[in-house]
Parts: sequence; structure tokens; C-alpha cells
Amino acid sequence: MEDDAPVIYGLEFQARALTPQTAETDAIRFLVGTQSLKYDNQIHIIDFDDENNIINKNVLLHQAGEIWHISASPADRGVLATCYNRTSDSKVLTCAAVWRMPKELESGSHESPDDSSSTAQTLELLCHLDNTAHGNMACVVWEPMGDGKKIISLADNHILLWDLQESSSQAVLASSASLEGKGQLKFTSGRWSPHHNCTQVATANDTTLRGWDTRSMSQIYCIENAHGQLVRDLDFNPNKQYYLASCGDDCKVKFWDTRNVTEPVKTLEEHSHWVWNVRYNHSHDQLVLTGSSDSRVILSNMVSISSEPFGHLVDDDDISDQEDHRSEEKSKEPLQDNVIATYEEHEDSVYAVDWSSADPWLFASLSYDGRLVINRVPRALKYHILL
Amino acid sequence: MAAAAAAGPSPGSGPGDSPEGPEGEAPERRRKAHGMLKLYYGLSEGEAAGRPAGPDPLDPTDLNGAHFDPEVYLDKLRRECPLAQLMDSETDMVRQIRALDSDMQTLVYENYNKFISATDTIRKMKNDFRKMEDEMDRLATNMAVITDFSARISATLQDRHERITKLAGVHALLRKLQFLFELPSRLTKCVELGAYGQAVRYQGRAQAVLQQYQHLPSFRAIQDDCQVITARLAQQLRQRFRCALPPAPSPICARLLAVALPCVCFCVELLLALGEPFLAHARGRLEKELRSLEAELGPSPPAPDVLEFTDHGGSGFVGGLCQVAAAYQELFAAQGPAGAEKLAAFARELGSRYFALVERRLAQEQGGGDNSLLVRALDRFHRRLRAPGALLAAAGLADAATEIVERVARERLGHHLQGLRAAFLGCLTDVRQALAAPRVAGKEGPGLAELLANVASSILSHIKASLAAVHLFTAKEVSFSNKPYFRGEFCSQGVREGLIVGFIHSMCQTAQSFCDSPGEKGGATPPALLLLLSRLCLDYETATISYILTLTDEQFLVQDQFPVTPVSTLCAEARETARRLLTHYVKVQGLVISQMLRKSVETRDWLSTLEPRNVRAVMKRVVEDTTAIDVQVGLLYEEGVRKAQSSDSSKRTFSVYSSSRQQGRYAPSYTPSAPMDTNLLSNIQKLFSERIDVFSPVEFNKVSVLTGIIKISLKTLLECVRLRTFGRFGLQQVQVDCHFLQLYLWRFVADEELVHLLLDEVVASAALRCPDPVPMEPSVVEVICERG
Repeated sequence: MEDDAPVIYGLEFQARALTPQTAETDAIRFLVGTQSLKYDNQIHIIDFDDENNIINKNVLLHQAGEIWHISASPADRGVLATCYNRTSDSKVLTCAAVWRMPKELESGSHESPDDSSSTAQTLELLCHLDNTAHGNMACVVWEPMGDGKKIISLADNHILLWDLQESSSQAVLASSASLEGKGQLKFTSGRWSPHHNCTQVATANDTTLRGWDTRSMSQIYCIENAHGQLVRDLDFNPNKQYYLASCGDDCKVKFWDTRNVTEPVKTLEEHSHWVWNVRYNHSHDQLVLTGSSDSRVILSNMVSISSEPFGHLVDDDDISDQEDHRSEEKSKEPLQDNVIATYEEHEDSVYAVDWSSADPWLFASLSYDGRLVINRVPRALKYHILL
Repeated sequence: MAAAAAAGPSPGSGPGDSPEGPEGEAPERRRKAHGMLKLYYGLSEGEAAGRPAGPDPLDPTDLNGAHFDPEVYLDKLRRECPLAQLMDSETDMVRQIRALDSDMQTLVYENYNKFISATDTIRKMKNDFRKMEDEMDRLATNMAVITDFSARISATLQDRHERITKLAGVHALLRKLQFLFELPSRLTKCVELGAYGQAVRYQGRAQAVLQQYQHLPSFRAIQDDCQVITARLAQQLRQRFRCALPPAPSPICARLLAVALPCVCFCVELLLALGEPFLAHARGRLEKELRSLEAELGPSPPAPDVLEFTDHGGSGFVGGLCQVAAAYQELFAAQGPAGAEKLAAFARELGSRYFALVERRLAQEQGGGDNSLLVRALDRFHRRLRAPGALLAAAGLADAATEIVERVARERLGHHLQGLRAAFLGCLTDVRQALAAPRVAGKEGPGLAELLANVASSILSHIKASLAAVHLFTAKEVSFSNKPYFRGEFCSQGVREGLIVGFIHSMCQTAQSFCDSPGEKGGATPPALLLLLSRLCLDYETATISYILTLTDEQFLVQDQFPVTPVSTLCAEARETARRLLTHYVKVQGLVISQMLRKSVETRDWLSTLEPRNVRAVMKRVVEDTTAIDVQVGLLYEEGVRKAQSSDSSKRTFSVYSSSRQQGRYAPSYTPSAPMDTNLLSNIQKLFSERIDVFSPVEFNKVSVLTGIIKISLKTLLECVRLRTFGRFGLQQVQVDCHFLQLYLWRFVADEELVHLLLDEVVASAALRCPDPVPMEPSVVEVICERG
């Protein structure tokens, strides 16, 4: 059985920002934000028709500026947040805002691509996250399980928790904390933990990883020198509450147990340049996706530190003798961490990778030249995990 | 009846009816008479005769049956028989009755005489018994008289008999006492006369008694006297024994020993009889030797040297042990295996104590560096123990000695390995210091090649010294060198595998540990050291390892029965180490330059920068550093192959818009009509250029190393540029910088296309990140760069 060929979609502009439409659980839909200094920037809503291997796109204009980061609300399909550059008077300021897309695009209307490009619609601005006092916004993250009312934004050395009120039309700064220290400290990335009742956020600045409690906005752990160089991204294991993965300019991906911050649990060194993105699969946390500026996307099977280290456990009630035997056999199989596949469809640095929120076996990667590639987990592995 | 039936058809045909019948009927008749008698006595015919039973014995009509009923019989006859037959029966019956009567009379007559004679006999017996009775009575009275007399005599003699017995006892006692009282004088006399045997026998006889009655003062005195005399005797015996066994053995002594042996045997026998075990005495003597050895060991370090010590032990203890063993075997050969066992146990016990002492002494020697003394000492030790070893095969002394020697040899090997490691680490420390020092003097790593040569030669000389030292163990003249261990395992497993291969392994590991050190920012290990180590490992791979191993194999004639690590494995390991070190070196150096570039891009405000007048200082610094690295690497690594260059490459004017290719690439950016073309063209162009692996393993040559470093640096520059937004002059500055880099960096790399490609990308990315991309005139760029 051959694996389906990757599906490639080209954007006209450079692009760095990619997110799945988090609130959508049926259709495979990604949002991509472009970077262009000369033209109006766009947000491409990319619908992937799994059965026919066809991509449908809708383009929204994002006139505020070039998009550096994009994230979709986990509660409302139509709401998303972007971090964008605003250039004025030879000054560049990165701002963040919450937007609503037109209703008819929320669930992916099936207009023909030609049509939609000619009649590009505009995003409706819900609110600005006012950062005049705090500096450049690095990223915006939504509370993963909540009702889409809470977001965290990272601005230079501040971590800001916002409450969205009055159907997201007003953002009120609920609390904040800032990083003090020598030199210019700058957050590069952050993720909101889905565990502990969504009270933890982890951030990266320079070579350090920090965990924060959103209730008190105080630091709960700190991994100094997590990477030899800048930490680019991190992600929480969706099934194991203390595990998180980080990646950085030392070409490494490291897995941490936040209860023991002195040593990484595991280190991967597969990329030959900086690793910009690391993402756990939402359902099967042994699948870890990384994107790097060596233009490669690597899918790894980190089964030894996953929540299913002995493979898929058969439910008690359908254990017949035969299955019993088989599951025993399976547990004897040495399950080893390995690289499942290296995807080389990109020609330029890959700055963003992410899993689809609807199909756990499907992921997208985006390179700087505007190429979006949609790939699937190899079938053999999929069946191995499922069966 | 069956008999009757056989005789005739009629039941009446009895024996009586034909007295004058044939002779054959005689038994028949007798049986019949018997049968009747039996009937009379109640015995059934069948039982008595054992014959098959005839007609029913209960038949009442049977004349001879026990249950005969005359009435029934008559009735039957009357009813069944005709008259004639009745008449016949009647006559027959009458005849039978008569016959029976006459039979009876005959019987009575026959037996009557017997009754008469029996009665006579009984009467006679009666008379005889009466006579006998009278005599018996008389006998009884006589016996009673005799008993009476006897009792009277006994009573009279009793008193006297008792007195005699008592007197006899007193006599015996008195004789014993006399012996005892005379004992001391007798013993003294015996001792004086030298009749030791007699004395010992006396003593043996008296001892028990004296022991028993020692509570009586007089006996006590005798016992004391005896003991004194016996002690003197023992003293004399020991004296003789000692004379016979001179403590300092020598060939002459051995001969003396042979002469003295019978005497010794005698003494020993006597001593044994005195209850002094031979071995216990010998133990005392040997223990004294051991104590003196232990004293030599002492707590204070200035003990005599190990050679002296083993000599001492060899002559004192081992010699003594030999004598004891020889004497014992001579004396107690008769005791058979049990005796031999005893001796073996004795030798084992003392031997083990001796070995413990020797090991302690040898352990003191472990730290020292002089192998020859140690080997000589071991040789003597081993040689010495061969004699008792032969005598006492069961005690396993020789094996134990060989074991000790082997153990010492092994420890020696470990010590040398440790020494080699320490030497290697010492070399590294020296190198570090040497690397740190010239910086102060202002010279840039002047003697890397020299340092490398120093390190290599110093390690090699250390290895050779160790080999030479260890080689002493296998010298021909050493007594243990022909043991299987030293011929085989010591050479192959110990020296080759343990020492040499072990050292190479540990050297590689030490070197590799520099790659894994947590100082990823390059702070911990000076890059020059990495480079030097890498070259060292590479040299090992190409020549040194095989040289060292050949040397070892030649010196030690390694036999092939043990699997040994092949040279190729070690070479592969060394090569891998060299490769890792070099790759790490590239990473570290690349990182240093990357950090410079990154800071320079990140900290500058590119939007409000002024028109470029100069190449930025950081770029000059990059070129300087790269040149320094080039020099550094050049000291240790060969140039390497680079791609053929076009003649004008150094003159190539670097500019974004200088070539038509780049024209095609960027020009469309300004025409809003076709944004797609940009991507298309750049993608197509990329299809034809090779993918650049930034942190890729490097080859062992200068060009490859520098290519690696430059790749890392330029890729960093590219990524940093992409994160910034540039003003017009910012772009122009990047343009100038890149041209400058291009101008100086191409010469370092294998393929200058690579530098062009990366720098093109940098400038192209900067152009993309610029809202107002107005490039600088290439000629101006050139002028600025040349001026810089």
C-alpha cells in the first residue's frame, strides 16, 4: 500500500505563520499568514479534501501588516489572533490583534479558487491587544481548553494575560509578569499547557525555558541552558502532564520532564540546522513533528517517552485468548525511538509545522518561500499504532 | 462293601463261608476282620482304608453298617426275596454267625498268654522299685552329712584366707611405691648415661600414677622431681635435634642433615613419645622466621628493598619449610596418606601466611616505577618456592606462588595503563597551557605542529617505556617466564589488549569527551586543542596504531589462541574520534563567528541606518577570524581539494543585480503584476542548486573545515537577516557587507559557488525584507569594499 503523495500548495508571498483551525474538528483546515512588506498581506484558509486530495483555499486580506504569528481560537471557529509588524516612521512595531473572519468562511465555503482570489474579503477586527507599554509581541496563545476568553501574549520581556470581553470585542489586561535580568531579555515563544486545569504556561527566552502559573503569574520552574543556543519553540505533551519538548538553534530537539529540570529526558539531533518548530501529535504523543531551516520536516516516533510506551493497549473486554497472546507478543517487541520519515519537499527554511486538529494523521508544513505541504503519517505506522 | 461286592454277587458271601477257599482270599478276610474291629472302635471304614466309600453307610439294610436295623433288614428280605432265597439267607446267616464265634474264640486264646506275661512283668517291677527307694533314702542322709561338714570347714578357714589376700595387696603396693621413690634417681642416672629411651619409658609408666596422686605431698615431690628431670631430658633432646638441623641451610648442611638424620629421627621419636608433636615444634621455628619477616615489613617506609626481603624470606622461611618437609617425609613415611595430608595442611597454612607477607611487601612496591628490581625479586621468590613445591605437591605452594606472580604482573599492567593515561592527560594539560601562553605574548598559536609532535612523541616514548618495563616479565632468564600465563595470556590479553589497546581506547574516549562537554558555547575546550587532538587521532589512525601494535607483537610474540582486537577496529575508532573532534571544532568555530554576525544583525536598527560608507567592522573581524582559523588549521591539516576556479573569481563583482540571472530573479519584485514569478523563478533556480547541509560532517582537510565554518556562519547571517526589516540603506549596507565577505571568503572554501549562493540568498532575503529596495550601484559597492 503506497502512501499518499504529499499535497503542495504555493502562496505568492513569503510566509512564516501557520495554525490549524483549532475549533474545527471535522474538516481539515489550516490558516496561513503571509509576510510581505509591499503588498497587502493575506490569510489563506486552506481546506483539504482528504478523499479527493484536493485543496480549496479562501483568501482573507490582513491589511494591518505582515504576519509573524497566527493562532486560532479553540472555541470559536471564526476567531483568530495574529502578531503582525506595523512599520511607521522608520520604526517597526509588532502588534497583536484578535480578528473574526466572515461567517461564510468559517466552515469553509466551496467557492472556486479563482473566484475567491478576485473577491478577497477582509477580516473584521475584534480588538487590539494594546502593547504600547510592553514592546513587540512575539506570540499569542489561547487557553487550550477554555471558552476562548483567555489569551496570553508575549511581548519582549513581558508575559500578559488578557481577558476577552463582550464577545471578544474588548481585551482587558488581567495580569502580567515580566522577566528581569541582565541585558535585553526577550521571549521568543510560548505554549499553554493543556494540563493542570490550564493554569500553566511555558515560555522560552534565549536559552532558557520557564514555566508560569497563570493564577499568580509567577514562575514555577526554570530550565536554564535548555539548549546550547536560542530556544525557538516548545510544545507540551498532550497526554503526559510533565513532559514538554523544545527545539532550538543547536539543531537539537530535547524532551523534558519539568519535575527534573537538570537533564533532558531525551535529545534528538537529526536536523542539520536550527529547529524552528516542534509539535506533538494531539492524540498519539509518540509522534513528534519538527521543522528546521535545513528545509526538512522530520517526523519522529518517540515511543519510549510517550504515554503508550508499550504500544496500543487492548481494551480488557475484547481480549480473547488469541488477542491476549498477540498483545503479549507486542509488549515484547522492542519499541524504539526512531525517525519515521524525513520530508524534503521544501526548498527553503521551514518555519512552521503543525498537525491538523481534525485528522490526527495529517500535518502541514510551511516554508519561507510560501510553500505549504500537507503530508500524512505513513500508513504502516498508522496501522501499527492503531492495531 | 466293595470287597464283598467284588467277591460275589451276594452280600452274604463273607470270609467265614469258605475257610478252605483259595489262598488269594486270605488278605480279603483279614481286612474284613480289621474292618469290623474298626467299626467297633467307631472308625469309619472309608477313613481307615482310604478307599472310595461303598454303599451308603447309613443304609439300615447293610449288615456290616453301623446303622444296621434288623427289623428293616428282615422286612426288606421278607418283602423282596422269594422263599428259597430267604432260606438261603437264613443258612448263610447262621453260618456266618458261627464263623464269627469261632474267630472270636481264636482271638481270645491268642492274646491270653500275652496278658499273663505282662502281669508278671509288672509285678516284678513293683518289687525292684521298692528296693531302689530304700537306697535313695540312704543317699539323701549321707549328702546332708557331707554338706554339714563342708560348711564347718569353710567357716574355720575364712578368717585366714582374708588375711593372706590383704598381705599380698600390700606387697604389690609397696613394690610400686619403691619404684616411684626410686624414679628420680633412676631417671637422673638414665639421663646421665644417655639412655634416653629407658628414661622416657620410665617416665611414661610413672606419669599416670603421679598425675593421680599429686595431691599427696610426698607424691607431689616425686612428680616435681620427675618433671624437672624430664624437662632437662627434653632440653637435651632438643639440643641434639637442633644440632642435627642447622638453621642456616646450605649444601653442606644438607649433607650434614643426611648424616644427622637417624639421630634426628631418634630425637624426634623420643620427643613424640614425650608428647611434643614434631610439627608444632617446627611451626614454632618457622613462625619465628615469619615474625622476623613481618618486622622487616614494619610500619616505617624505609624497609629493605624488595629483593632483600624476598631473599630473606626465601632462605629463612622457605628453606626451613623445605627441611621440615624433608625430615617429616623421611620420618613419617610410614604414616601414609594421613601423614602427608597433615604435612600438606601444615605447609599450606604457614605458606599462606608467608604469601600474605610477601604480597604485603609487593603491594608496597606497586607504586614504584622500577620494574627490574621487582621482577628480580619475583623471580627469586618463585624460584625459591619450587623446592618445597616439588616436595609438597599437595600443598600447592608452587601454584600459589605462580598466582601471586601473575597477580603482581597484572597489577603492574594496570599500573602502567594508569601511568599512560596520566601521561596523556598531562600532555593535554601542557598543551592547554602552551595554547594559553602564546596568546599573552601576542603570537597566534605559533607551534601547533610542534605541540602536536611533542605530544605524539611523548606519548610514544611513554608507551615504549611501559612496554620495555613490562617486557621484563617475559625475559628468558626469569624463572616464571615459561609459565603458560606468561607465554600466552600475559602477552596477548594483558599487554596487547589490556595495556596498548586499552590505552588507545581510553585516549579516544578522553578525546571524544571533549566533544560532549557541556560547554557547547565553546568555552570549556580551546578550539585549538580540539584541532590538535583531532590531528593526533588521525595520525594514530594512519600510522601510529599499527606501529605500536607491530612493536608489541614483535616484542611479545603474541600467540593467536586469544582473540585480539584487530588493528582496523582501533583505526576505525581513532578515525571516528578524529572526525568527531574536527566536526566539533567546526561547530565551535562556526558558532563563534555566527554569534558575531548574529549580534551585528540583531542589535542594529536597519530601518534608520545611514547610507553605507564603509564595510562594517564586524565583517572585517569575521574575515580576520576566518583567516586566523585558516592559518591554525593549515598548521595541522593539508590543503585539500577545491573546485577549479574561474580565473576571474577573485575579481567577481558581487552585486545583487550584476548578473542577468539575478536580474531575472529580483526584478519582478518591483512589478506588482506578477508576484508569482518571483517564487517560480527562485524555486526553479533552487532546483538546480544543491541543497546545503549546514552542520555536515567534514573531511580531514583545511578546505573542508573552513567550508564548514563559513557555511555555518553565512546560514546564520541569512536566518538573522530574514527576521529583520530593512530600510533602503540597510539593504545597501547588507549588500556592501556581503560583497566584502564574498571578496575574502571564496578563497577558503572548496566550492566558491557555495559562498556565492549563500551570500546571494542573504542579499535576496534582505531585499525581500525591505519595503523600499533600492540597491546600490555595483561600482560603488566595489569602491567601498576596496577602500575597506
